[in-house]
Amino acid sequence: MASITLQNLVKKYGDGFPAVNDVSIDIDDGEFIILVGPSGCGKSTLLRMIVGLEDITEGELLIDGERVNDKAPRDRNLAMVFQNYALYPHLTVYENIAFPLRLAKGKHSEEETNKRVQAAAATLELTEHLERKPANLSGGQRQRVAMGRAIVRQADAFLFDEPLSNLDAKLRGQMRSEISQMQRRLGVTSVYVTHDQTEAMTLGDRVAVLKKGILQQIASPRELYEEPTNIFVAGFIGSPSMNFIPGQVENGKLQTVLGELEIPQHKLDKAEGKKIVMVGIRPEFFEDAKLVDEAKKPLGATFTTRLTHTEWLGNEQYGYMDFDPAPEVRDLLNSLAKDLDADELKPQIVVTLDSASRIRAGRDAELWVDTRKVHLFDPETGNSLTRDPEAGAALTQEAIQDRQDEIEAARSEANASGQQAS
Amino acid sequence: MRASTRTEKIWWTVITVLVLLYALFPVASIFATSFKTPSDLTSGKFLPTNWTGQNYEQILVGSAQDLFLPALRNSIGITVIATFIAVVLATLCAYAIARLNFPGKKLILTTALAVSIFPVISIVTPLFNLWRNIGLYDTWIGLIIPYLSLTLPISIWTLAAFFRQIPWELEQAAQVDGATSWQAFRKAIVPLAAPGVFTTAIIAFFIAWNDFVYGISLTSTEAARPVPAALAFFTGASQFQSPTGAISAAAIIVTIPIVLLVLFFQRQIVSGLTQGAVKG
Repeated sequence: MASITLQNLVKKYGDGFPAVNDVSIDIDDGEFIILVGPSGCGKSTLLRMIVGLEDITEGELLIDGERVNDKAPRDRNLAMVFQNYALYPHLTVYENIAFPLRLAKGKHSEEETNKRVQAAAATLELTEHLERKPANLSGGQRQRVAMGRAIVRQADAFLFDEPLSNLDAKLRGQMRSEISQMQRRLGVTSVYVTHDQTEAMTLGDRVAVLKKGILQQIASPRELYEEPTNIFVAGFIGSPSMNFIPGQVENGKLQTVLGELEIPQHKLDKAEGKKIVMVGIRPEFFEDAKLVDEAKKPLGATFTTRLTHTEWLGNEQYGYMDFDPAPEVRDLLNSLAKDLDADELKPQIVVTLDSASRIRAGRDAELWVDTRKVHLFDPETGNSLTRDPEAGAALTQEAIQDRQDEIEAARSEANASGQQAS
Repeated sequence: MRASTRTEKIWWTVITVLVLLYALFPVASIFATSFKTPSDLTSGKFLPTNWTGQNYEQILVGSAQDLFLPALRNSIGITVIATFIAVVLATLCAYAIARLNFPGKKLILTTALAVSIFPVISIVTPLFNLWRNIGLYDTWIGLIIPYLSLTLPISIWTLAAFFRQIPWELEQAAQVDGATSWQAFRKAIVPLAAPGVFTTAIIAFFIAWNDFVYGISLTSTEAARPVPAALAFFTGASQFQSPTGAISAAAIIVTIPIVLLVLFFQRQIVSGLTQGAVKG
């Protein structure tokens, strides 16, 4: 168990390009931190710097307050789960899990090694596979062996490098919840790299969003979702992505391609002096106007439009409409699309509708949008104009409190079962 | 994989039997001939009328002993040394090619390929003259050097291909698990690389063991003459008797190390081929 402190970490390769640029994160003891971002954002490099597989160009890395910049990976007492599992194919599952214990020669007796391996195998339901070779295991089992190797040695922290990306969707969901429960049960500090935002949102106590080696925002999943700091974070978090449309403030109202939107005055004030702002509206802020409660309707804005097509998914449906962005914001939208790994952002608005809605493509439809929740962004810097740092901090504080409660509960449960057993 | 049908199975069996017959018939024929008496050689029958060990006697303890035994010693010594040097050099070279990016990497591979397709016969004469001038003619080293030119290129290519498949992440995983660099290499990489090295060693051994052109051109006495070349100097008891029986017996004897080698390292070779990827 340990806290990890990253102070202004920089990683430069031979060509001088900073793959990781001035990243500072304080990771608490027992915290589950996610590093997320599009490919090439430096998240894996950062993880490898923590574990010691990449040199640190500048900055300080502290584990429990002790500087470890120059320590070899084996002296950092961290456990890592690799994307390709990195199992030793010539060893049995048992020996794979026992490998770290065997390396620490003389520290563990044969009996203790056996006990620890059996305990790890039991936790991961691998007991019946202990004598098999990795080549004969399924993807999910290999994944579990890789985790077994990490938990057997009581490392100070777990580091995960996209551990689920080789599994199929169903198994991924299952392993995700197993990792989450295991982390809470062991209460061990964890850093997890992923590009999958579902993993980021569900696993993390706090999520660090990176873009081109620069830390954009680190906050609880809820804060990222509700109070994103800039247009990149807003677009990256959430699926389908947030819609960005240009808007102009006129006569106390917002003029957009959706028509005139009446938004709360305190938000409008923030856009004071801007000729044009980017309006961020999540797909789920929209609804079929017919299905909106009459009491709620005045809190948003209603407009008429025509959808190009709809997708019915059972629990909800997606509607799509095209729009033609003003030239001033076209560049911003395109560069945003590039940052988010898309080729070119089609100027399109996605709306999420109730599955009961009868709105179909090609006909006039009346939609309602919850204007209380819209975000406004500065089109030049991309920064959020409407972010409320206090509300955001409160959300992250809640998450930290939740974490402490959960670890507490897991520990007292473990104690209780331990007492029963003895 | 879908289950093959009955007819398909029959066809595969037929083809397998045909290929086996084609490949093994000469061996079986030589084996049978090695047990024939000289008078039996022209009988036209496949099996000897009287099984006799006199051919083996002749080359091991009899009149041809002085020709065969030194040749066998030369063959074993030269081939083992050439194989050992080739494998060590090729391992280092292939490791660098698979792991590192350095200028001239392509050049090394292309040169190796060019050397291996260069016709042996065209360099034998210049080599003969050169070796005589610098005193390497009819020595072990005089054969080991040209054998390296035969075995090194193919060893480099085989090992480089093999090393590229090794997941080097394992080395890093071992380091995180608490290993030193050397431990990581020895415990995670060597066990994976060993089958490839064995396979390469066997291929290199075959090539050097089977060489005839260098063996006959660059030697003149029993000081360095290997078995394939020595076989050409066998004579019958009189000039009217052909030494076919003795040659056959010698051929069988020199095949034995190859068979033993393959049998001995079979497990390693097979495990090298079937290890399976680490990815899911």
